Amino acid sequence: MNRLEVLKTYKIYIGGQFPRTESGRYYTPKNRSGEVLANVCLSSRKDVREAVSAARAAFGGWSAKPAFNRGQILYRIAEVLEGRKTQFIDELMKQDASFAQAEAEVNLSIDRLIYFAGWCDKFQQVFGSVNPVASSHFNFSVPEPTGVVSIVSPQENSLLGLVSVMAPVIAGGNTCIILASEMKPLCSVTFAEVIHASDVSGGVVNILTGKPEELVKYFADHMDINAIIYCEKDAATKQLIQEKASLNVKRAFFYDSINWKKEEAENPYLIMDTQEIKTTWHPIENIGGAKAGY
Amino acid sequence: MSKAVKKNNTVKLDFNIEYAPAPESKASAKIQPSYDLFINGKFEKPASKKYFDTINPATEEKLSSIAEANATDVNKAVKAARNAYDNTWSKMPAKERAKYIYRIARMIQERAREFAVIETLDGGKPIRESRDIDIPLVANHFFYYAGWTDKLAYAFPNKKIQSLGVAGQIIPWNFPLLMAAWKIAPALATGNTVVLKPAETTSLTALKLAEIIQESDLPPGVVNIITGAGATGAAIVNHPDINKIAFTGSTDVGKIIQRAVAGTNKKVTLELGGKAANIIFDDAPIDQAVEGVINGIFFNQGHVCCAGSRLFVQESVYDIILKKLKDRLSTLIVGNPMDKNTDIGAINSKQQMDNIHKYLRIGEKEGLEMYQNNCVLPKKGFFIRPTLFTNVAQSSRLAQEEIFGPVLTIQTFRTDDEVIEKANNTPFGLSAGVWTDKGSKIFNLTTKLRAGVIWANTYNKFDPTSPFGGYKESGYGREGGLHGLGAYLK
Repeated sequence: MNRLEVLKTYKIYIGGQFPRTESGRYYTPKNRSGEVLANVCLSSRKDVREAVSAARAAFGGWSAKPAFNRGQILYRIAEVLEGRKTQFIDELMKQDASFAQAEAEVNLSIDRLIYFAGWCDKFQQVFGSVNPVASSHFNFSVPEPTGVVSIVSPQENSLLGLVSVMAPVIAGGNTCIILASEMKPLCSVTFAEVIHASDVSGGVVNILTGKPEELVKYFADHMDINAIIYCEKDAATKQLIQEKASLNVKRAFFYDSINWKKEEAENPYLIMDTQEIKTTWHPIENIGGAKAGY
Repeated sequence: MSKAVKKNNTVKLDFNIEYAPAPESKASAKIQPSYDLFINGKFEKPASKKYFDTINPATEEKLSSIAEANATDVNKAVKAARNAYDNTWSKMPAKERAKYIYRIARMIQERAREFAVIETLDGGKPIRESRDIDIPLVANHFFYYAGWTDKLAYAFPNKKIQSLGVAGQIIPWNFPLLMAAWKIAPALATGNTVVLKPAETTSLTALKLAEIIQESDLPPGVVNIITGAGATGAAIVNHPDINKIAFTGSTDVGKIIQRAVAGTNKKVTLELGGKAANIIFDDAPIDQAVEGVINGIFFNQGHVCCAGSRLFVQESVYDIILKKLKDRLSTLIVGNPMDKNTDIGAINSKQQMDNIHKYLRIGEKEGLEMYQNNCVLPKKGFFIRPTLFTNVAQSSRLAQEEIFGPVLTIQTFRTDDEVIEKANNTPFGLSAGVWTDKGSKIFNLTTKLRAGVIWANTYNKFDPTSPFGGYKESGYGREGGLHGLGAYLK
């Protein structure tokens, strides 16, 4: 007798939990051969708000974690992903990739996580500075995370793209809400399970599925989001994002010309996009006139 | 608590000594009766044919007529900047570019007193500040960035250094020439050309800078300085051939600019408003802290985006701090900005004075307690007494909105966590101050305060090497230091 396969319910990921969309809605992305991939959550504006609340609540803890610790956690994500490689290859193939393409995408995603894991406790040294001010003060500048970042991830390379945009954002201590690829959402949801199993605190990464045309405006206009990253070329959407972003002087970034498969997707300037520079001053006491000697 | 007040050993400066006037001479200020637009290395009459008056806010006397640039003039300036970028400036060896910027720095130093006097006449700030702070920082800023010109590859490892093109720069009236320097110097050092618009109430020093730029033989069109009000600024922001907008000003206008450039490829940096918390702990050096708070809010009449306008005092030292603040307030000299003894000069414009008065009325309506220095204000000109408000709720409009005047709100707190929460509870995030003798507490606070510049046991210090700029709705991008270069590179 043939064993009946147990099918997975693809849910969204908010605050370290896997709820269905509060709206109860779903959609059915299909692959090229017309096969329905799954009943996928069609997230709503309220889901966006819940995700932002979770991301904001997680920000204080995540940004205050020792950078070394964040590096270990990103490395852990890579480890867990490596262990579940076959599942991801499987899902990517359902979403029209060949075996070779799928395997390459998963491998590259793992390596990219490790690349950014390594930066967690190093970019501050490269991009921070001690500033030789002319007055008697000690003055230094350090990068600090911007806050809550919303990410509309690339539609193609649904795993690699998501990982490549997310990694520098969280490596720098931000928390995020991510809209997965609309038509290829399977491995995004499964990636949430990897995040969940990797000591990433709930709320640091929140992943929604649904339609960009419905949700992008909320990703751009929510007043408690500090920055937005959009990865497609659509000019009207880019304009909409900038307009909505102006409501709270959100930082808006368009990663529409990065080839995620190439080395150009690996550099610390991607981390710096969602960093602020903080400069601190303190007086240096200068009485008595003693000089540093030998 | 009341006993502690009686015991305080404040030296009350109760004497009635009048300072003799010590006015700076106006002789060094050569101001022409009218100024045209500086485009392509020449002063040109505006296509609008219109001029507006610039006045001395301390006397309400007219100083000069300033040309008003319209869209045609803006277009001319942008064309000149584009031409200079394509044909001269971007092709020039970096070392040569550097020498022009150094030369400008030196010429400003040579004429520093003239600049200081004009800055004070046109803007109303005390001569002591324009002479000792604004103008030296201007020259230093050019000197600092000149040196970066041929060293950019060291600033951004593994990155191809590429300038942007033509930068449109719009600056405010609170530090007129200093803001021009903050904008022009890094733009030139990174190989861009410039169209700069000063604020309409304070155009004079920017136009004097144009004279220096002309004398320096900087190639025509590399820097264009055009004058006018909001409409001129809008024409710059909306010009299709501008690659970069750099704006310093209010958060409201910053948002309009961010919206206006939506759908274009213009790169933008915004340095906007603030509502800084200045925090005094009970273990702070009290007299230094009081002096720092006074400087934090009354420097430049409070027309400072990073002014420490919200004071938070730990409850156990509230009474003594308040007493010392009131004592110090009563010794501040308000009046003629040209007098070297003056602490607080003229409010920049009637419009701004009305705006500050509006907030004073709101404070009274909300039931806050107001305390003012009881000095006699000059009969002419725009002046406001330095003002403290106590009994302030976190929700008060005076504690939430940027007033941009000599008005301080005072609140209290008990624990570190409470004050961090209160200080961060604002859409702004430009600056903050912390006063305590305990190093570990300083770093706890400076790490958790969400603001771009944190002064610990000091306030309102600026330096060309020190990056400046905000978090959240205080804008994005940095000016000053190595990080300030990034705003003008791809």
